[in-house]
Amino acid sequence: METSAPTAETSVWSKEDRKASRKANAKLHRKEYGWAAAFMAAPVIGWVVFLLFPMAFSIYASFTNWNGIGNMTFIGLDNYTRLLQDQYFWKALYNTVFYMIGIPIGLALSLLLALALSRKIRGRTFFRTVYYIPVISSLAAIAILWQWAYNGDFGLVNQALALVGIEGPNWLADPVWAKPAIIIMTVWKGLGYSMLLYLAAVQAVPRSLYEAAALDGANGWKRFTKITWPMVRPVTFFLVVTNIIGGSMIFTEINIMTSTGGPSFSTASLVWYVWNQAFRNLSMGYATAMALVLGILVLIVTAIQFRMNAKNDFSID
Amino acid sequence: MSLNSNTATAASGALANAGEPDRIDDNPAPKLKRSGLFKKSGATQESPLVNMVLTVVLSLGAIVMAAPLVWMVSTSLKTKDAVYSLPPQWIPDPWMWDTYARVFDDTYVLSGIKNSLIVAVTVTVVGTVFSSLAAFALAKMRLPGKNAIFIMLLSGMMVPFPTLMIPQFVLFSKLGWVDTLLPLIVPVILGNVIMIFFLRQYLHNVPDSLVEAAKIDGASYWKIFWTMIFPLIRPAVAAQFILWFMAVWNDYLAPIIYLNSPEKQTLQVVIANMNVQYATQRDYPLIMGASVVSVIPILIVFLIFQRQIIESIALTGSKT
Repeated sequence: METSAPTAETSVWSKEDRKASRKANAKLHRKEYGWAAAFMAAPVIGWVVFLLFPMAFSIYASFTNWNGIGNMTFIGLDNYTRLLQDQYFWKALYNTVFYMIGIPIGLALSLLLALALSRKIRGRTFFRTVYYIPVISSLAAIAILWQWAYNGDFGLVNQALALVGIEGPNWLADPVWAKPAIIIMTVWKGLGYSMLLYLAAVQAVPRSLYEAAALDGANGWKRFTKITWPMVRPVTFFLVVTNIIGGSMIFTEINIMTSTGGPSFSTASLVWYVWNQAFRNLSMGYATAMALVLGILVLIVTAIQFRMNAKNDFSID
Repeated sequence: MSLNSNTATAASGALANAGEPDRIDDNPAPKLKRSGLFKKSGATQESPLVNMVLTVVLSLGAIVMAAPLVWMVSTSLKTKDAVYSLPPQWIPDPWMWDTYARVFDDTYVLSGIKNSLIVAVTVTVVGTVFSSLAAFALAKMRLPGKNAIFIMLLSGMMVPFPTLMIPQFVLFSKLGWVDTLLPLIVPVILGNVIMIFFLRQYLHNVPDSLVEAAKIDGASYWKIFWTMIFPLIRPAVAAQFILWFMAVWNDYLAPIIYLNSPEKQTLQVVIANMNVQYATQRDYPLIMGASVVSVIPILIVFLIFQRQIIESIALTGSKT
């Protein structure tokens, strides 16, 4: 698109010709180049100042002992070796990964919901709206609400469980139940979003496929595994990638519902621990090292997923 | 997404698409029944029995989804003591409308709303202009290396905010911006990569010849953007704008890093702090009232623009 007239003939041209034409192009389009550069300037400046520069600074800071205000003393890899021996870091990493159990649960539920809502069911717009409302509600408000709902004595959750004769635990104060409590809340909050994406994908499946399958005598399960599931795979991929990236940054609900990292550190996530080290303990150097490790982990996991999905014809354009 | 934007069919299709949601813009009342997602429905034959069972299951699910929110509203209208009554009260007795007067008079909720609005409106309005200009340049203008620039910008999506928050904090504390709203505005106002990505994608469906023709007529790029491109991409802009606004409005991590004085905090930080402060006083109605207040504005925006929001989210999936 950016090359002008001589696209087809380029191959027969000599090197000098091409150079000359590029120069002519540059002259011809100088004004356009200028405008294009000006139009892109803001995000590019933002990228350099608020992404590239902080990243470079982070890498340097991660090799220093630094409280954020005073001098930065270079200590080599000490922060990284400390991190390897820091049981709280490992616990926070474990907790963060543990929360991701909610991802397959949420995706399965939302696909089922989407399949149900793609049928001619009365009131489906109403259902869609109700399932979607938690998505748009602010996470802070939702976390506050659920913290109260998980109250062992007066909370809504245990009241509901009592109706079916189950005596619920004191969720957020119980090292065993605190993480499942947070998973249930995140699934509840995110369900509507995945449901909408799946709904659009399910409805985009050509009906002729199902009709052909029905003629061949395929049953409902076969039609699901052989048609629906492969057809919605790009959405599943998108959701898995974005949920893992989002899940690796889980913070708000942890900090609001369990402001000390939970009973015996059972809810602290990586970002919560980084934030705590940086802004409560002022060990900025160490926190930076952990934040970088987090960034690299996310990058690796995302890269692996794209690799595994390569067969799926994914492309940016 | 394939890129055969030169064929006449694709171009006219894109223009028809671009025009259609526009009509909705002029008439913001949500048309629930006709929502685009449901135009093609279901399989050919559906068993009424299965549909009935599904309706029951969906209703139970809807109760689970709605109950906590209904409970939040109900708790906010109870007396302090009624919160602890067993079995729980669903309908407050007596109704304590006074809670909401207290929310606005005795707490920082009002200044929180003001601060959140300042941040969210400035960031999204100015940022949308920057993002759409960049998307236009990236999709339709000539500049050597522009694809490299695009990939570079996209790479920013891979870096999680927690990795950047410490150096950004240091940068802004050096500038003396801690405890102001500037650190929440400045880094994000320069453009939103996700928005650039989707607008650029959307612009690929607009034929290049349109831009070329305008150029031949002697229009400047600035003019081409405002009179031709922006009206064309307006539906896509609107959808992305709303999603971005909700994200900024609901943000919590960046505000708690920078804002210390209660009167400077954004709404999410205000209610989170109230949660700590008033829980010790067992004033749950007040906490829930503040939470309701923080959810309501976005809920109203959602109900008004439901169709655009839902379609833009559906689009998110199909564009990947």
